[in-house]
Amino acid sequence: MNLKEINWKKYSLTGGIPLLIVIFLGIWPYIGPTYYVTLFTYFLLYVTMAIAWTIFSGTTGYISLASAAFYGLGIYAAALFGEKMPLIFVIFIGGAASFVLAFIVGSITLRLRGIYFAMFTFGLVVLFKEVLLYWEITVKNIRGYFVVIETNNTIYYYLFGICVVTVIIAYLLKRSKYGLALQGIGENEEAAAHTGINVTMVKILTFALSSFFMGACGVVMATKMTYIDPQIAFNPLMSFNPALMSIFGGIGNLYGPAVGAVLFTYIQEKLMTGSLKNYYMLIFGAILVATILFLPNGLMGLIQNVWKRIKGVKRAPTTG
Amino acid sequence: MQQFLNIFIGGLLIGGIYSLVSMGMSLQYGVAKVFNAAHGEFMMFGAFLTFWLQQNGVNPLVTMLVVAPVMFIIGFILYRTVFQGIRTRAANPGVFESNAMLAAFGFYFIVQNIAVRIWGSTPRTYTFLGKSMSIAGALFNENRIIAALFAVAIGAAFYLFLNSTRTGKAIRAAAQDTTTAGLMGVNINFVLALCFGFGAAMAGVAGSLISICYSIYTTMGLGYTVIAIVVVTLGGLGSIPGSFIGGFILGVLGSVVAYWQPGLVVASYYVIFIILMLLRPKGIMGK
Repeated sequence: MNLKEINWKKYSLTGGIPLLIVIFLGIWPYIGPTYYVTLFTYFLLYVTMAIAWTIFSGTTGYISLASAAFYGLGIYAAALFGEKMPLIFVIFIGGAASFVLAFIVGSITLRLRGIYFAMFTFGLVVLFKEVLLYWEITVKNIRGYFVVIETNNTIYYYLFGICVVTVIIAYLLKRSKYGLALQGIGENEEAAAHTGINVTMVKILTFALSSFFMGACGVVMATKMTYIDPQIAFNPLMSFNPALMSIFGGIGNLYGPAVGAVLFTYIQEKLMTGSLKNYYMLIFGAILVATILFLPNGLMGLIQNVWKRIKGVKRAPTTG
Repeated sequence: MQQFLNIFIGGLLIGGIYSLVSMGMSLQYGVAKVFNAAHGEFMMFGAFLTFWLQQNGVNPLVTMLVVAPVMFIIGFILYRTVFQGIRTRAANPGVFESNAMLAAFGFYFIVQNIAVRIWGSTPRTYTFLGKSMSIAGALFNENRIIAALFAVAIGAAFYLFLNSTRTGKAIRAAAQDTTTAGLMGVNINFVLALCFGFGAAMAGVAGSLISICYSIYTTMGLGYTVIAIVVVTLGGLGSIPGSFIGGFILGVLGSVVAYWQPGLVVASYYVIFIILMLLRPKGIMGK
């Protein structure tokens, strides 16, 4: 390849900025204060969750509200296998368990219209909580488990690794023919089916893939909790957070969910520790409604629109 | 046999209330296409409104005359201000459905938290018609029977309203095809808001009936939302008679499972849901 043909400006932007972010995040635990290292751990967690959510729900338009179920499954995997094997294996077990669960859920509901899928996934979290509570109280006569704890830095680096893998996979998927198929499904599923895409299989596999990362996140975060029970592991808020963050940031590209996750985690952290603590859920709901009503394309969509207007790009008048 | 009858009739009694809750949700989804995840919260709000009025000396059955209009107005305004805006901005009906559902979840958080701020999280209860009465040899509290009768009467009255009035006809037309109904001169935004309001009012009245016979608490809404979801799917999304029948089926099933293993009631609803998804996703009365 001729060196002159390479567009250096473009490559330094698309390759350079992510590389700088990765290097910065890699050395952060050594240079940053402890509080901010913990905050960054949550940034990484929610960025991974939001991007994993976007891989499936963002492109296809099928709203999944089962993130908490996969995350909770990961937490339980950590509780059951944490003592018996190294963390890296447990992460794969948690991820694989989530993958299998998502595959089953997908095969039941993804043949049908989106609303069934949303309803089913939403109830899944409640179901897991109820059944596990029943199992622990009635059958095993104990409540909850203890989890082997890891140091803050270990948790940080594992999450960092999962986050990098998730972003790379999401990026590659978006550029592959499967990404194109997913986008086709999102825009017009019937047309996509007619062009020869096995829509059900593509949907099920992508859903399972996105759940793998959620389960992996659950395993790592469990090592921060010491004690878990069904109420802690299957918190429905974990289903809404990734969805809200992604929509807040904008689901059109991969930057959107990441920006949304970082901003929202920061807002959440400030609200939870401040004087408005008791009103947190109320504000959460209000932001959710306001985002959907006023920012349907997210922050990134808004920025793009403003940018277009500044640059004076002429557009044909459209309605709607 | 007597034991079986006890469980069966008990299930039918609670099933009446399930029917009413689910008919409201079915109306909101079937016509206005808003999958209202905050439905249970509206019900909880109605229950607490009744409780508050009852504490101030009003007969609980009379409070329904207050609860229904209040909830109707809340629902109507909510549709006109929020969901109508989402509808006009959405690119296609699919986008509207998922966005409206997420917004409804937002209301779930808002309403529940307002209620917790006002009423706290301790269960509340009052006694009304506490005497027991015998049906086919089984003993039941009078208040449960009254609640079930009211639920059935309201459901039947609404069905008649849909089938025999001009507004009812407009609602049915909008349910079949919103755009075409609009072209035929139906004021669509008004009719859809009306449906959302009716749905909220039904949830509120169901809440009043529940407060008559059971203890109420501010976090009870979600459980009833899940029940309504299962009933609505069982009856067929958007089918009012389907939801009516489905409510009774689920009530009986729930009471059978509760007799055998109380911890597995929610799981049993889920089993029904899974079987439906696999065998007949359009429900028993769906088209």
